[in-house]
Formats: sequence, C-alpha cells, structure tokens
Amino acid sequence: MNFPDYLFLFAGMGLVTYLPRWLPLFFLAQRDLPKWLVDWLSLIPVAILCALLAPILFTDQNSRCLELGKPELLVAIPTLLFAVKTKSLGGTVLVGMGLYWFSGFLIL
Amino acid sequence: MCEQTIEPSKELIDDPSWFKDGAIASWPICFGYIPIGLALGVLANQADIPFWAVAMMSMLVFAGSAQFICVAMLAAGASTWSIIFTTFVVNLRHFLMSSAVAVHLNGLRRLFLSFFAYGITDESFAVNMTHFRTGNWDHKRAITVNQLANTTWILSTVCGALLGQFIPRGAFGTDYALTAMFLALLLFQLHNIVYVFTGMAALGIGVAWYLLIPGDSYIIGSSISAATLGYFFKQYREKHK
Repeated sequence: MNFPDYLFLFAGMGLVTYLPRWLPLFFLAQRDLPKWLVDWLSLIPVAILCALLAPILFTDQNSRCLELGKPELLVAIPTLLFAVKTKSLGGTVLVGMGLYWFSGFLIL
Repeated sequence: MCEQTIEPSKELIDDPSWFKDGAIASWPICFGYIPIGLALGVLANQADIPFWAVAMMSMLVFAGSAQFICVAMLAAGASTWSIIFTTFVVNLRHFLMSSAVAVHLNGLRRLFLSFFAYGITDESFAVNMTHFRTGNWDHKRAITVNQLANTTWILSTVCGALLGQFIPRGAFGTDYALTAMFLALLLFQLHNIVYVFTGMAALGIGVAWYLLIPGDSYIIGSSISAATLGYFFKQYREKHK
C-alpha cells in the first residue's frame, strides 16, 4: 500500500469513528434533555465500565471461555480495596500494575 | 433520589489552573496509553506499515481497539471496506458515551463540541464523567484531558513503530494499567445501590453476551440492557419508598 491507499483507509476509519462521537454532542448538548433520558444516561458510565471489564476479569479472551480465578480477577480485589481506602486514581493504577506484575511471578 | 447535573461555577471556569487540573486528571490515561501505543506501533512495524502511516492513523482515527484490529486485518490482507466497516461497528459504543457527556456540555459552541467529539474515548470519557460529577469540572478541563491523552497516544504509537522492537511486552505490569484505571473509575461511580445494581447487571450480561455472541457487540448490548434495568430498578425504588 502507498500513501493514497493509506490516506483513503484512515480517512474512512476516521469518519466512521468520528460520526458516532460527534452526532449526539452536536444535537443533544444544545437542548434540555427529558429527565428520564438524563437518569438513564447517568447509569451509562457504570454500565460501560462493567461491560468493558467483564471479559477481562471473567473470561479467557483467547478461547472466549468462562474462566474464574484468573490473575486479572484476583489482582482486582486488592486493587479495588486500595481504591476504596485512598480514592486515588493514579495510586490505584500503580498498585494494580505492581500487583499484576508480581502475580506473574507467583501464578504460572 | 433525583439525578442532578451540577453546573460548574463561574469562578471555576475563569480559574487559570484549568490546564494543570486537566493534566493531573489525564496522567493515569497517558500512563496506560504509552505501553499500548508502543505495542500497536510494534505490531504495525511487523505488519510492514510505515511509521508515517501509523502517525496518520493515530491522528485521523484515535481509537485504540479499532487501530489494533486494523493492523491485524491489514496483516491478514483484508479489504479497505471491510476494515472501515469493522471500525464503525467497534466504535459505535462512543455514541452512548457522547450522549452521556452531552448532558455536561449543555449550551456550548458547536465548534467546540465538534472538536471535543474527536477526543472521546473509553478512557477520557470515564475520567471526565467522574470529575464532572464532583462539580469541580468544566469543558476546558475536560478537553485538556482529551487532547493530552490524544497527544500521548499519537507519540506512543509512532515511537512504537520506530523503536518498539527493543521494548519487552508487558514489563512492570503495564498490561494491567488500563484495567486498574477502569476498576478505580468504576468504584468512584458507585454512588448508591442503583449504580451497584446496574454494574452487577452489566457484568453478568456482559460475560454472557461475550461468551455467546462473537464480535464486540457485548459492549453496547450489555451496557444498554444494564442501564435500562438500572433505570427501572430506580423507578421501582422511588415508587416503593
């Protein structure tokens, strides 16, 4: 592939990535939303975070099978406890990374 | 309990520390992006995609998972149209995030909104929403988070493409950086039992959907289902108080 091929591909990908990010902002932010929609949307962050985490914590992502007790899940417990105690986002990231790194030496 | 949008105060918007606040809020994202960006660059390099194309992709697309899929599909010889279509499906989840963030960007100029939309990712969305809820957050701080994350992403992917083969994958637990960030952000969002219920529902439905249905539809599918269940749960609680 040369320059025009790459440009066409990435511009196409960029457009289909941008549109879903742009349409709601452009059309929703200018008006007052009904209460039921605001209530529903306020639950979206929690729902999306859990949806993103679900396969990471509870499944083997290579075979797409259920797997309970994988290091990602075990490390999540002390990581969450640290987050509860400290309320620190950056600290939690560092502690989670450290524990996960350490778990690599224990679980083989 | 009624869900109120907390408007940022005039003093907050005029406060000159908006860049510093945004930078402090964005560093966990940037920290998580560096290893992933490097990894993407290395893979692109192995798939014979030149570094300038990686730079172009990160600037025009700015969507981590879609970029990984694109590199894998290019390496497998997929057609341009199939890659664009896959990107569309994978990134459709941002429609929900953009709708949720719109509540906090009410009445801003459309030029600003159009620029803001470019930087909405899973990570910047989650960080900004957590801060918006505190009331100490405004559009300038939020777009700083978006754009610092974006800059870090572009630089990391290009660095990965240029010198990535020297960096070992997964060193120091970097593979867990974004997972740990999602865990912390999730915890900060659990304001009451309705949110806990919604989260549990999304985990359960998410796992089942992921196992039963191929592709990435589990993200949109389980978050819409869980938020809807959570909404009815909230209605039920308010009626039976």
